[in-house]
Amino acid sequence: MKVSMFHLMPYRDVPDDFEKTHRSAWFTVKWSEFADAQKVVDYYKWTLDELGYAAELGFDGVCVNEHHQNCYGFMVNPNMMGAALAKMTEHLGTALVQLGITQPFLDPPIRGAEEYAMLDCMSNGRVVAGMPVGIGGDYAFSYGKSPVEQRGRYQEAHDLMKKAWIEEDIFAWNGKYFQLPMVNLWPRPVQDPHPPIWVPGIASPSTWDFTTDNDYLYAALTYAGISGAQYAIDGYWDTVEKKGKEQNPYRLGFLLPVGVAATDEEADRIYGPASEYFYHKMLRLPDEMVAPPGHMTYESTSNFIKNRPVPSNLELTDHDYSYFKEKGFLITGSPSTVREKIAEICKDNHIGNLMVLLQFGNMSHEATKENIRLFAEGCLPHLQPIWTDEDWENRWWPQGAVRPGAEV
Amino acid sequence: MPTPTIESVEVLGGRLEMQVAVMGEGEPLVYLHSAGGLKWDSFMESLAERYKVYAPYYPGTHVSDPHAIEHVEVLWDAVLAYDDLLDQLGLESCRLVGWSFGGMLACELAAQRREKISKLVVISPVGLWRDDAPYSCATFTAIPAEDLPGILFHRLDAPEVKRYLAVPDDPIAEAEANLALVWALACTCKVIWPIPDKGLDRRIHRVTAPSLVVWGEHDRLISSVYAKEFGNALPNSEVFILSDTGHGPLQEDPDKGIPKVQSFLA
Repeated sequence: MKVSMFHLMPYRDVPDDFEKTHRSAWFTVKWSEFADAQKVVDYYKWTLDELGYAAELGFDGVCVNEHHQNCYGFMVNPNMMGAALAKMTEHLGTALVQLGITQPFLDPPIRGAEEYAMLDCMSNGRVVAGMPVGIGGDYAFSYGKSPVEQRGRYQEAHDLMKKAWIEEDIFAWNGKYFQLPMVNLWPRPVQDPHPPIWVPGIASPSTWDFTTDNDYLYAALTYAGISGAQYAIDGYWDTVEKKGKEQNPYRLGFLLPVGVAATDEEADRIYGPASEYFYHKMLRLPDEMVAPPGHMTYESTSNFIKNRPVPSNLELTDHDYSYFKEKGFLITGSPSTVREKIAEICKDNHIGNLMVLLQFGNMSHEATKENIRLFAEGCLPHLQPIWTDEDWENRWWPQGAVRPGAEV
Repeated sequence: MPTPTIESVEVLGGRLEMQVAVMGEGEPLVYLHSAGGLKWDSFMESLAERYKVYAPYYPGTHVSDPHAIEHVEVLWDAVLAYDDLLDQLGLESCRLVGWSFGGMLACELAAQRREKISKLVVISPVGLWRDDAPYSCATFTAIPAEDLPGILFHRLDAPEVKRYLAVPDDPIAEAEANLALVWALACTCKVIWPIPDKGLDRRIHRVTAPSLVVWGEHDRLISSVYAKEFGNALPNSEVFILSDTGHGPLQEDPDKGIPKVQSFLA
């Protein structure tokens, strides 16, 4: 199994009463209210150092993403982080899991195609090209695009990016959303024909179809643990089976917040407050910010209004650490507790690409590094061998991402 | 309460079928609804007492075909759909009334088909911009649903406002009503996102119909300072500010508002 460290790069010092005084950690939270650029200088430095440290300790990949106008995580251009990480990890063969840019649906998508290609060359083929649909607010509020067009723009951006990577001739693109007279990408990705594409999903059946039909990795991203992702994962594997594709574990990615300490009790002490900071403050993302009118299709909107398939994030403040832990939203404990729980989840659900969020909430730089070290020493060696005794090919891993000494 | 009949009308060369609510007898009057969709209210009933009211559902907002919005990509498509609609309904000349989003569309249509519009009434329309009075599609979508009534209306206790905001007792009907509202916003906002300043200021001078601009003094969605902007921009116009009302002046104070509109239209 490939194990990568995910980072959100949150604001680690929001006011203690944030969830009582703010309806949202996104879009409507004002920078001028409490944010300090000098602190953010530290956050970016720490974030890069933490991901670099994980790479040095043997993680297979490092994951970054794109969000806007929030204190939950503001790597507004993950490819800038990726560029720094590419250089930092040059000797380590670490995958740069860009999960990913939402830029292509906003500007001409070739900008994203160019950046991924450039990063792929800079890293000699270590890029995962993430293609998230993105949340509605990033697109509609931060970047001013009509919500009802988001999915159409996503599809067209995807088609254009892929063609720009592989088409030998210069071509004109006359799409519904994008018109470009000359598409002639310089550079092209060093991976042939292009970097592996990962698509994050929560529970949308159309994403199961899209990823399966195109042979992309489906990344179940939720912060509600395996119970929160079970519907998506089961739906995905059903789709793979129905479409007659191989049940290769490497085609499924899964994200978990994880906290490791010397003992289970110590883990509760450290990660209880950090997880409450994360779930109570950072995930304050009300419905109207996730999905402005039209963000979902009519059918999905109807299902959402009538059946409420997922609870509102605002309800997270009704619960505390013990609930999050019991429900498996995050995995905390001693190295043996953590690795056993994660191994069981991954084996049961056929997960071949695991992402762990080892900095969450207000965890300090020191606490994060300790979490990374304990996970790398006590969990990683037990998790990476999963699936290696079976004859699956990981076609969703970047061709150039090979750790020194690791089996190809 | 009598209910309007629904007529289907083909526009845009047959690609789009629009649904039109029709009620009343007399000379024709076309009513263009707000971003929240068509709701037949007491103002429209009063219009239908004197005129034959045609109230088209904006594409996608009628429950029979939510995907109709796919035939409207940009504002120009929408204006031409309504332009076609006037022809298809066989209207030589009509009065045109629009509220909010519908007010902007009414201005566009009156600028486009000058000869067909005999009188124009716009009620708190979007479509123009002042730096000192900003508003956007986020003004009414990036807020909790429960805050929307307070943004829309100043007099929440007015009977017609209560009727307008009434939540159905039946949970299924309530969900259907929510869905209709959310999807209407999705469809209408498509052509005005993120800010409904789409060049009307460069076309509005073309309007020839005598026009009435109605605004609620305490409109929190789009400031009543825009009443003057529309008054200045519409060549032959009168401005009527209704005190102590918000974005729905004719729902909030029908006793003062509706007679004014009726006498202008007469």
